[in-house]
Amino acid sequence: MISFVQTIRLALTALIRNRSRSLLTMLGVVIGVAAVIITVAIGTGAKTSVADQINGLGSNLIVVIPGSVQTTGAKTGTGGASTLTAADGMAIATLPGVAAVSPVVSVRTQLVANGQNWQTTVTGVATSYTYVRTWPLAQGRFFTQAETDDTSKVAVLGQTVVQQLFPDGSNPVGQSMLVKGVPFTIIGTLSPKGQSGSGQDQDDTVLIPYTSALERLSGSTTVGSLMVSAADASKITSAQNEITALLEQRHRIVAGQPDDFAVRNLADIAQAASSTASILALLLASVAAVSLLVGGIGIMNIMLVSVTERTREIGLRVALGARAASILRQFLIEAVVLSTGGGAIGVVLGIVGAAAIAYFAHWATSVSVGAVLLALAFSAAVGVFFGYWPARKAAALDPISALRFE
Amino acid sequence: MTPVVEVRGLRKVYPLEGSAGVVALNAVDLTIAPGEFVAVMGPSGSGKSTFMHIVGLLDRPTAGTYLFAGDDVSHLSSDALADLRSRALGFVFQAYNLLPRTTALENVELPMIYAGVPAAVRRPAAMGALDAVGLSKFAEHQPNQLSGGQQQRVAIARSIVNQPNLILADEPTGALDTASSEDVMALLRRLNEERGMTVMLVTHEPDVAAHAKRLVTFRDGNIVGDVATKERVLA
Repeated sequence: MISFVQTIRLALTALIRNRSRSLLTMLGVVIGVAAVIITVAIGTGAKTSVADQINGLGSNLIVVIPGSVQTTGAKTGTGGASTLTAADGMAIATLPGVAAVSPVVSVRTQLVANGQNWQTTVTGVATSYTYVRTWPLAQGRFFTQAETDDTSKVAVLGQTVVQQLFPDGSNPVGQSMLVKGVPFTIIGTLSPKGQSGSGQDQDDTVLIPYTSALERLSGSTTVGSLMVSAADASKITSAQNEITALLEQRHRIVAGQPDDFAVRNLADIAQAASSTASILALLLASVAAVSLLVGGIGIMNIMLVSVTERTREIGLRVALGARAASILRQFLIEAVVLSTGGGAIGVVLGIVGAAAIAYFAHWATSVSVGAVLLALAFSAAVGVFFGYWPARKAAALDPISALRFE
Repeated sequence: MTPVVEVRGLRKVYPLEGSAGVVALNAVDLTIAPGEFVAVMGPSGSGKSTFMHIVGLLDRPTAGTYLFAGDDVSHLSSDALADLRSRALGFVFQAYNLLPRTTALENVELPMIYAGVPAAVRRPAAMGALDAVGLSKFAEHQPNQLSGGQQQRVAIARSIVNQPNLILADEPTGALDTASSEDVMALLRRLNEERGMTVMLVTHEPDVAAHAKRLVTFRDGNIVGDVATKERVLA
């Protein structure tokens, strides 16, 4: 009896004998698998870049903003109230589900330094801000708690501001800058962060201690918002509830009355964005899967033709002592080799294609090992599924009439 | 000596709807001893092809017994028959049936692959068989590079490579011109005489049958003649 290894060799020999036809048969699966790999890579890349953008906003970020107030019947929009204070922030920082809090006081003003000037948003924040926003420094240092307590005149510049004020490339750290006429010392610069999800240039900013912003720039006692970092991603919702309860108590909100603040987190936005990306990826992948299926039908078609064309050969093999099972196996192996061979070529082509798209179209693509394995497994399954019927037909041939077949 | 083929009351009926069926073989008794060279003749529909297919273990009788090399093969499974074909039978066909785009050597190796012969043994054995048919120089040629007579000789090399108990040749000269026919028949005779190979030849050409030592004639599913011919050839 013939060994399995020998059957594989017979199948390979038969395929090599019909080299050009084998390659053309593979083509359907090649295109199908390459399409699956590329579309999944684009889908995964899109999802990853959405996730990156959202993570870029801050780690486990919760934003507390002032709510709406009603004065003589007219309601202001959310954020219209001036109710949040830095003290609220300090109280929130003591909550168990909260890792860090930074007040945010934004003032739009003109800067003058190095003989240049630039209008930007000067943002008063706490020392924890770089942690809350996961925003590392590029140069110099961030201000300290002591400088915050002292309402020190120190500033950290965003990259856009650095480019505007120091176009000559000189080092801004240590230089002096006028903020609304008040001289500040530049102590550091932020690393570039790029655009926000809504298209704003996040690097067009200057950070100063919130105490300095309140006292020297806004002249107010309330802050624009509080940025809170939850202790970890799973605690975002509980932290939100703790913050709400704490602020209701501090602001003496009676049950049933509307809050004068709002607590928002980014998880909802993140989820919506990533589910959109997922649907897109699924849609692309299913279109690609259809082409893989069509490739499989192509294999079945060619295998059926091949069985008819090789009827005499099959009769001969049976006469020479091939069992029906070894004929079945040989034709099944031929189909599986065609489909997995096509799958392997398709994977290579898909990886190259995904890289080409990333290079030329500047789309984020990400080829996952899972997608590659899945595509290979699926193409092998296509071979077994679509190869079985022709192989059965071959094995069921009557050797006597097969030998006489013209 | 145990006969290679011993059939008793062999009957083959092809079922046909609405009737009793077509009787291809009525009740055939025949014994072929090792070393014989038997020609089977008969007109179309005489049952000689059916007989050869049953003897060649490609078909099963409806009734009767068939002892192949002493073993009853009437009730073997089709897998067991396939294994027996690969070890104990060699086929030569009218249309050669060589695999296209495959060298003569690889064609001759094919029966050994199905018999599970290890690769190291196959190549020298195939070369030996090609040498026996005088084609060792053509080992790397593909069928389309060989003449009809050469192709049939490759097919004969393929049939003897597993040292079978019986070579079955079905109209081996049917597609050949007279000179090639003579070559092929001389080769079969030589294999029979020098190597003692048992050959059963099916033909409808008396010239070809004359090469055999024994002539069995079929008509209407029965054996109607069984004579020694060797003397006639020599005469």
